[in-house]
Amino acid sequence: MSPVLAGVLQLLALMAALGLVYRPLGDYMARVYSSDRHWRVEKWIYKAVGANPDTGMRWPAYLRGVLAFSAIGVLFLYLLQRAQGSLPGSLGFQSIDPDQAFNTAASFVANTNWQSYYGEQAMGHVVQTGGLAVQNFVSAAVGISVAVALVRGFARSRTGELGNFWADLVRGTVRILIPISVIAAVLLVACGAIQNFAGIHGVGQFSGGVQEWNGGAVASQEAIKELGTNGGGYFNANSAHPFENPNGLSNLLEVFLILVIPFSLTRTFGRMVGSVRQGYAILTAMVTIWVGFTALMMWTEFAHPGPAFQSAGGAMEGKETRFGIAGSAIFAVATTLTSTGAVNSFHSSYTGFGGGITMLGMQLGEIAPGGVGSGLYGMLVMAVIAVFIAGLMVGRTPEYLGKKIGTREIKFAALYILVTPALVLCFTAAAMALPTPGDSMTNSGAHGFSEILYAYTSGANNNGSAFAGLNADTQWFNTTIGLAMLLGRFLPMVFVLALAGSLAEQNPVPETSGTLRTEKPLFSGLLVGTILIITGLTYFPALALGPLAEGLAS
Amino acid sequence: MNTSVRNTGRLLTAALRALLVLTVVCGILYPLTVTGAAQLLFPGRANGSEVKTDDGKVVGSSLIGQSYLLPKKDPDDPDEVAEPDLRWFQPRPSNGLGTNSVNTQYSLILSGATNRSGDNEDLIQWVKDAKEAVVRDNSVPGHKVRPADVPADAVTSSGSGLDPHISPEYAKLQIHRVAERHNLGVERVEKLVADHTDDRILGFIGEPRVNVLQLNIALKKLTGV
Repeated sequence: MSPVLAGVLQLLALMAALGLVYRPLGDYMARVYSSDRHWRVEKWIYKAVGANPDTGMRWPAYLRGVLAFSAIGVLFLYLLQRAQGSLPGSLGFQSIDPDQAFNTAASFVANTNWQSYYGEQAMGHVVQTGGLAVQNFVSAAVGISVAVALVRGFARSRTGELGNFWADLVRGTVRILIPISVIAAVLLVACGAIQNFAGIHGVGQFSGGVQEWNGGAVASQEAIKELGTNGGGYFNANSAHPFENPNGLSNLLEVFLILVIPFSLTRTFGRMVGSVRQGYAILTAMVTIWVGFTALMMWTEFAHPGPAFQSAGGAMEGKETRFGIAGSAIFAVATTLTSTGAVNSFHSSYTGFGGGITMLGMQLGEIAPGGVGSGLYGMLVMAVIAVFIAGLMVGRTPEYLGKKIGTREIKFAALYILVTPALVLCFTAAAMALPTPGDSMTNSGAHGFSEILYAYTSGANNNGSAFAGLNADTQWFNTTIGLAMLLGRFLPMVFVLALAGSLAEQNPVPETSGTLRTEKPLFSGLLVGTILIITGLTYFPALALGPLAEGLAS
Repeated sequence: MNTSVRNTGRLLTAALRALLVLTVVCGILYPLTVTGAAQLLFPGRANGSEVKTDDGKVVGSSLIGQSYLLPKKDPDDPDEVAEPDLRWFQPRPSNGLGTNSVNTQYSLILSGATNRSGDNEDLIQWVKDAKEAVVRDNSVPGHKVRPADVPADAVTSSGSGLDPHISPEYAKLQIHRVAERHNLGVERVEKLVADHTDDRILGFIGEPRVNVLQLNIALKKLTGV
């Protein structure tokens, strides 16, 4: 079988598996966020928190919950790293410097998992398992909560209440993320991922001598790292490390975990707004972009333009033998079209166009299918924009799901789509204009510029992958990328919740013959077009200086 | 003003309590449950898939690539590059591996890639040098390796730097050299490589590959070196 055919079959198998769980998981998640009943374990948690899970929150209260919980998360994780040297069970790992500890705390709370440290030599069991992996769960649960709040904004009328943040946070963690993670983690161990609490220990070698390994709770962290679209690796090589991703099967399982919640949430959305076909229309737009990007990535990586790859006879630099070109390309697209940022191959050594595809995937706003929760709300904001543009074309007041998209709503949507590009482009420009940040580059020319553009694209969009030649452990990068991650995560959430609150207060508009049918394929097409045009107009000049210049030269 | 300060205080306390409770659930109970299940069901894999020779000696992990090098001529010279021990099958290059610089009581290997782009001068040179070396090392009397025969994985570094596998093409390319060094018939080594070539899982998942450590262990057993 040719590698290309095997790659296509792997992609089809992935689609079949995702299709199989789409309805049951999507419906289950809709029930989780609509049910009046609390599990016993949840009641204990609410009691410990001191919150009443049945209180309805208006958007400012919901937002305050999100921000307070996340602020405490940043502080806790920062202090945990600063104190690592004095904590038991740290295996001799030292405390992390202030700038790197801030960067890492911001990174994991913002669901980004950008890592300016080397997992192997920086973080012990306590910080990895008790700090970083915890944020992998809760930052994902926060993302889904905000998405559900927006969906409720569409579904509810003449109320301002969007649900209860504590209930959404706890339910997402307890009923969705933990059960799937337990199953996935055991499957990963079955493939060969490690799961132990051994310290650093020596192991004999074939030619004599000893190699030293870290033990660790790797499989359990790997499962939630993919499922929660987090991406922070236990080891520096992330999912390219054989202990994190041992074979072709674990590789497909990890891609499945990355995509399963974001895709299935469109079903949850359809259920909650009372029309699963509205969910299908959103899903169609997501799948179109995902399949298109994967096809382009496979094409450029199999064709391997670029002097070094031509001379080597294939673009295998930074890729593992057991995954090959196809398994790496599928993973790279899934991780950058979501907010995951885990890598099973190193994007910096992709072809010029291949690197550009990973960057463009993030710059779309990570909405095809996007991060857990953030993908859905990002896509719904884009849908609002698409409806607005369609309304302008026919001269009607735009409506979406029975809600008027008025001045107030479109302002929030516009602010949402401006935040990340502003962060990416301003920080990139500043880093290029200043004398020292450029010293961190490994590659020169267009690719050197791409390293910096990639870093801020990844940070502000909460992805976390890198053109990792960039030495990001400097005070400048730790601080600015840390800020980009926090602002890129929480400012959009402010606008999403404000939008949700405004929608929930409205009276529903009755559907007429003039209403744009947003459950039809035509709308999916309009949505894809809107996304590509907005992103293209925003980022084309920057992309032209980086990956396009590199790709066209090779 | 006082009420808003008090409300904020109450909110932050609730947030802290929520984080602590969820830390117990997600940071302690969850990993312990998974570790328990993993150690019960798959103890060998959960502890790193260690490989033992017939005499019970651990010689590494089937998942972690190793280097097969000759001892340095001057062990104290940090600049000397160790030469490959050509009696054994050689793995892929690993130019991206790092060395431990922080927690220096250990000599940990830092997994990683080179992160060089396709137009990077270093990478172009590394590929060229690696290709020349592969052609030189594997050309034996009566069997000449052409540069066009060298597969891409033989001259590029993997993502982790710890790739335990090589492609079947690269393993086959090394057969004549290994046979000559051990005074074995080419057919016997060919059979050894064929026996240690794993096809795609279920015929289409992943790529065909050869585990270098297990191949070398089998070779050692065959030759009794």
